[in-house]
Amino acid sequence: MRSAAPAWASHLNDATIDAARAAIGPALLDAQERVGEVQLYVHRSGIVGALTALRDAPGLEYQQLMEIAGVDYPERPERFDVVYNLLSLTRNHRIQVHVATDEDHPIPSVTGIWPVAGWLEREVYDLYGVLFDGNKDLRRILTDYGFRGHPLRKDFPMTGYTELRYSEEEKRVVYEPVSLAQDFRTFDFLSPWEGGAYVLPGDEKAPAAVPEAKGAQTPLSADAVKKADAAESGKDAPKASSEPYAKTTAESTADTGKGAAEADATPKPADPDVIPSKGGQNQ
Amino acid sequence: MSDTDAPTVAPATTEMDPHVEEVLGIETPSHPTEGDVTIQNYTINFGPQHPAAHGVLRLVMELDGEIVERIDPHVGLLHRGTEKLIEYKTYAQALPYFDRLDYCSPLCMEHSFVLAIEKLLDLEVPIRAQYLRVFFAELTRISNHMLNLGSHVMDVGAMTPNLWLFEIREDCMNFFERMSGARMHHNYLRPGGVHQDVPLKLLTDIADWLDTRLPRLFEDAISLVADNRIFKQRNVDIATVARDDAIAWGFSGPMIRAAGIPWDLRKQQPYDVYAKMDFDVPVGTRGDCYDRFMVRVEEVRQSARIMKQCLAEMPEGPIASDDRKVVPPKRSDMKRSMEALIHHFKLYTEGFHVPAGEVYVATESPKGEFGVYLVSDGTNKPYRCKIRPTAFSHLQAMDFMSRGHMLADTTAILGAMDIVFGECDR
Repeated sequence: MRSAAPAWASHLNDATIDAARAAIGPALLDAQERVGEVQLYVHRSGIVGALTALRDAPGLEYQQLMEIAGVDYPERPERFDVVYNLLSLTRNHRIQVHVATDEDHPIPSVTGIWPVAGWLEREVYDLYGVLFDGNKDLRRILTDYGFRGHPLRKDFPMTGYTELRYSEEEKRVVYEPVSLAQDFRTFDFLSPWEGGAYVLPGDEKAPAAVPEAKGAQTPLSADAVKKADAAESGKDAPKASSEPYAKTTAESTADTGKGAAEADATPKPADPDVIPSKGGQNQ
Repeated sequence: MSDTDAPTVAPATTEMDPHVEEVLGIETPSHPTEGDVTIQNYTINFGPQHPAAHGVLRLVMELDGEIVERIDPHVGLLHRGTEKLIEYKTYAQALPYFDRLDYCSPLCMEHSFVLAIEKLLDLEVPIRAQYLRVFFAELTRISNHMLNLGSHVMDVGAMTPNLWLFEIREDCMNFFERMSGARMHHNYLRPGGVHQDVPLKLLTDIADWLDTRLPRLFEDAISLVADNRIFKQRNVDIATVARDDAIAWGFSGPMIRAAGIPWDLRKQQPYDVYAKMDFDVPVGTRGDCYDRFMVRVEEVRQSARIMKQCLAEMPEGPIASDDRKVVPPKRSDMKRSMEALIHHFKLYTEGFHVPAGEVYVATESPKGEFGVYLVSDGTNKPYRCKIRPTAFSHLQAMDFMSRGHMLADTTAILGAMDIVFGECDR
């Protein structure tokens, strides 16, 4: 079975991991391929060097930084993961670079490598409180002027702490503590009798069992499910070429067909209301 | 700037109006500094409520006369905490939030999300569903570009094309209504397929529309502006972006193609049935606002071409996966099968579980690369769903793109960026 997700050159994953190990060196803590995507785990002190190497080293060539995502794992000692999603236009490949940190230790900014990182780092700072050392403009970006707290942390309540309304008496917008008319409700769907995280003693088959169907609860990771399924059906995800971008499409506007008539285009019917003339008043 | 620039004028006479004296900068003993003409840069707010800001955008602009020295965009005025809300919803409940991101191209927003879920689930989608997704994603692209092209020409002073292009957009809306029941917030795609099949009459009507009404209205409207002298004066060589800048600033979509890089995720990283589609990727040559406009114009024609291929090739068949743990059963099955009833109940309360893992899935939305970084922990709710908006990188480049241009050019630059704040601010 295979999903219809975007097909990039994921057959380069293994070669990419080897090349990244060679290019980054000891700052690379771990590298793995999961669900067809390469994840590199880099120590924060070496992130600038690592990303520079990923951008410039031949065989890696990740020219674009598409995204910086923060993730909060409160149970870990270094609770935040900052994930850099890179794209290689020439190799048609994507990669994730993970950096772990906590509230106090800043991550070196990568604005020197990609100017686009400025706002992306501001957003991670705004929503998670991760500090970036070297970002000259580390202001809040998405939340309100004067907002306090970092709303995407797992310990920040979804309802927030303040709400605002227009006050008829004061003729202005006022901020007040949140008052809920009804208690906030969460439902725990992880019922203990359906595929909980426990394994019966002596049940050696249990951890490897593929779920009954896709979407059923399973302790397996997405990667394990995918591999088990590929072994069963023998079908693999479609491959995309890793050729440079220009080769598969066209070299010039002449080749793109821009301006040329479509093969199935019919001539435009003459409009009886328009007197044909050379050019119009706008030409 | 400095006192050395003070104009030299004739000595003052006593009859002169004091205001004229002030304007001329005539020195008088009582006002020893009056002759110093000091021009300071001034800072103005563009927005947050400005018709050319295309939403709630506040630009803090530092102007030297009418020349833009610096722009500091303030975004986040439409921040609704979508990513936080999604963490508290099941996957099916989270889907409608994507319609509300880029509300001008809602289907393309859903597209990234369902593909990310399917990648984690490793779920196969029936071929007809893939065709329907591509077909309506391209209709969404046309609808989005109608709004953008129309408002862009209106921002630089033309009125008529906008009205004509809105005619097309209105047609698209009517088609979407017949597809899903909603004009804007469709909630039509589902993990594993689409929500329901479309009537044959809708497909034939769209086929007729593609052959007759769309080319006539569209080409008429574009013929008014594409070669128009005023339009070219307002757009050609405005905010040129070099290839290297476009790459370094994370551009995507029409913005990177206008800079001369033929990068289209539909072509390079095909998803659904885009690999079977035959279409061209237009690129610009100068990387200015005019190129961005014309790239979008050509994309509309190519979208129509893709839609015609979809109509010609679309097979009959199921429109959603037969995986009963993900896709809810048909109403008729629920009347007869107890198991179907149980599955329906479980899917609409608990939802399906996505095995633990993390993926970054990006599709070519009309505005550029729209990505979803989805982290699942094996439960029925996303652990983290980071949305990669197209507008963040483009709007951030606003500062260097408009530097040195006139104040009036900022509306052309903004219009050619195609920014919608539902998506930018999330």
